[in-house]
Amino acid sequence: MSKVTIKELNLFYGKFQALHNINLPILKNEITAFIGPSGCGKSTLIKSLNRMNDLVEGCTISGEVKMDDENIYAKECNINLLRKRVGMVFQQPNPFPMSIYDNIAYGPRTHGIKNKQIVDELVEKSLRKAAIWEEVKDDLKKNALSLSGGQQQRICIARALAVDPEVLLMDEPTSALDPISTAKIEELVIGLKKDYTLVIVTHNMQQASRISDKTAFFLNGKIIEYDETRKIFTNPKKQETEDYISGRFG
Amino acid sequence: MEDSQKKLAEHSGKSRLEKIGKTISFLCIAFIVFVVLSILYFVASKGIATFTKDGVSLIDFLTGKIWNPGSIGENGKPLTGALPMIAGSFIVTLLAAAVATPFAIGAAIFMTEISPTVGKKILQPVIELLVGIPSVVYGFIGLSVVVPFMRNTFGGSGFGIISAAIVLFVMILPTVTSMSVDTLKSVPRYYREASLALGATRWQTIYKVVLRSATPGLLTAVVFGMARAFGEALAVQMVIGNAALMPTNLITPASTLTSILTMNMGNTVMGTLENNVLWSLALILLVMALFFNILTRWIGKKGAMN
Repeated sequence: MSKVTIKELNLFYGKFQALHNINLPILKNEITAFIGPSGCGKSTLIKSLNRMNDLVEGCTISGEVKMDDENIYAKECNINLLRKRVGMVFQQPNPFPMSIYDNIAYGPRTHGIKNKQIVDELVEKSLRKAAIWEEVKDDLKKNALSLSGGQQQRICIARALAVDPEVLLMDEPTSALDPISTAKIEELVIGLKKDYTLVIVTHNMQQASRISDKTAFFLNGKIIEYDETRKIFTNPKKQETEDYISGRFG
Repeated sequence: MEDSQKKLAEHSGKSRLEKIGKTISFLCIAFIVFVVLSILYFVASKGIATFTKDGVSLIDFLTGKIWNPGSIGENGKPLTGALPMIAGSFIVTLLAAAVATPFAIGAAIFMTEISPTVGKKILQPVIELLVGIPSVVYGFIGLSVVVPFMRNTFGGSGFGIISAAIVLFVMILPTVTSMSVDTLKSVPRYYREASLALGATRWQTIYKVVLRSATPGLLTAVVFGMARAFGEALAVQMVIGNAALMPTNLITPASTLTSILTMNMGNTVMGTLENNVLWSLALILLVMALFFNILTRWIGKKGAMN
C-alpha cells in the first residue's frame, strides 16, 4: 500500500529545474532508498516530502505529493502538522545544545504535551526505539553535544520519533559516521520499518542494498529507474543504472 | 658531505625573516602591555593616595553620602562620600540596559529571523551609523529634547537620572543590537532546521532554540552595553544635572562618577586631596571596566562549556 504518492512533481530553484516530472510511490512499512550521484536531486526530493524546501528562497513546485489521500501542497495543509507526521533526520547529527532529555522532549512539548509523566514516558520510549536508552539512561541531564557522533545521530532519530511520525525521512544519515556507528544505525533503521514508513537518501550503494526494500535511481533530476532493491542491484533494466551501481561513474 | 652539513647548520634567509617577524610582533605587544600597565599604575597610585596620604577611610569614601572634598565634616575629616555618584552610575546604567535589552533583542530577531533582507540592506547600515554618532551629539539631543520633555511632564528642572537613562538607552541600543545580531547570526542553521522539521512554528523555533542557544552571546552584548553606559561621561553630564546628592527620585538632578570627574578635573590642583579623590573615582571606574571585562569573558566561557 502506498503511504506517499508523488505525482508529476517539478521543482525549480529560481530558473534551474532541479526535479523533472517525478512519479513515485512510497510504500507503507517499507524502506525506500534514493541513490544517485551528487546533485541529482535525491535530497531535493526528500525535502519536498516534508516541505523543508519551503525554506529555500526561490523554490517553486508544481505537481502533487499525496500523503494517504491528502495533497501536502494544498493551501489548507498545515505545515507544522505535516512535519509532525513526516519526521526528518539530517546528514550531520544536529542535536540541540541542551540536555539529552530536553532534546527528546522538545517535539512533544512543542506540540503541547505538558504533563511531565507523559513526557517522561515518551522520552524513554523514543530512546528505546532509537536503541540508545541503555547508553544514556543514567545521565539524561547530560548535554547531548557531549555524546559521540553516532550517539548524537541516534539521539536525533529518537527526537524525530518522539513526535510519533508516520513517515521518517533520512538524508544520508550515516555519511558523517564511522563504520561501527553506521552498522548500528542500519540495524536500527531496519527495525523501525514495522512501525514507520522510511525514506533514506544514501551515497552508499551497499547501504541501500543492505537495508532497503525499494530503490529509486536518480540522475540529473529524473528518476531513471525504480524497482525492488534486489532487482535494481542484480538485474537493472537501464544502462545508466547498471553503469552507476557497477561504479563506472558517480 | 661537509658542505651540506654546514648548510644545514646555518640559518637560512627564511628563518631569519621569521625571527625578525617574531621580534617585531613581540615588541608591539610589549609596548601595548607597557602602556596599559602604566595607566593602571598611575591611576591606582593616585587613587590610593586619598586613603594612604590624606587619611580618608575607604569605608567613608564608599559609603559616605556627602560629597564636598573642599570642606571638613563634623568628624574632622574631609567630606568625600562617593556613594551618591556610585549609586547614580549604577542606577542610570541598569535603567538604560533594562530598557535597551528588550528593544535590542527584538530588533535583532527581526533583522536575522523575520526579515533578513530588509535587515541586511536597510537596518544594518542604519545601526552602524548610530554606533558611530559621537556621544556629544546624543547629549545635545538629550539636552534639547529629553530635558525639556521631562521638565514639562514632571516639573522641576528636567535634569536628572531619568533623562540620563533615556540618553544612554538610545546610545547603547545600536551597540547592543548589532552585537545581538552577530550572535543570532552565528546560531547554526541546522538548529533551526531541526526544530522546524519537528513541526515547531517559527516563533517556537526562535524562542526555544535560537534565543536559548544564543543566550551567552546576548548576555555578553548586554554587559558590553552596560560597560559603555557606565563609562559614558559627556552625554550623561549634559543631562543629569550634576548635583552630588544621593538620588532620591528619578527626576531631580543627580550625578555619576564620570560626570563629577569631567566637571571637576580642571578645577583642582595636582597633589591635593580634592584632586586625589577624583583619581579615586577614576579608580572605581577602572575597576568596574575590569569587572565588566571579566564578566563577558566568564559568560563566554560558561557558554562554550554548555
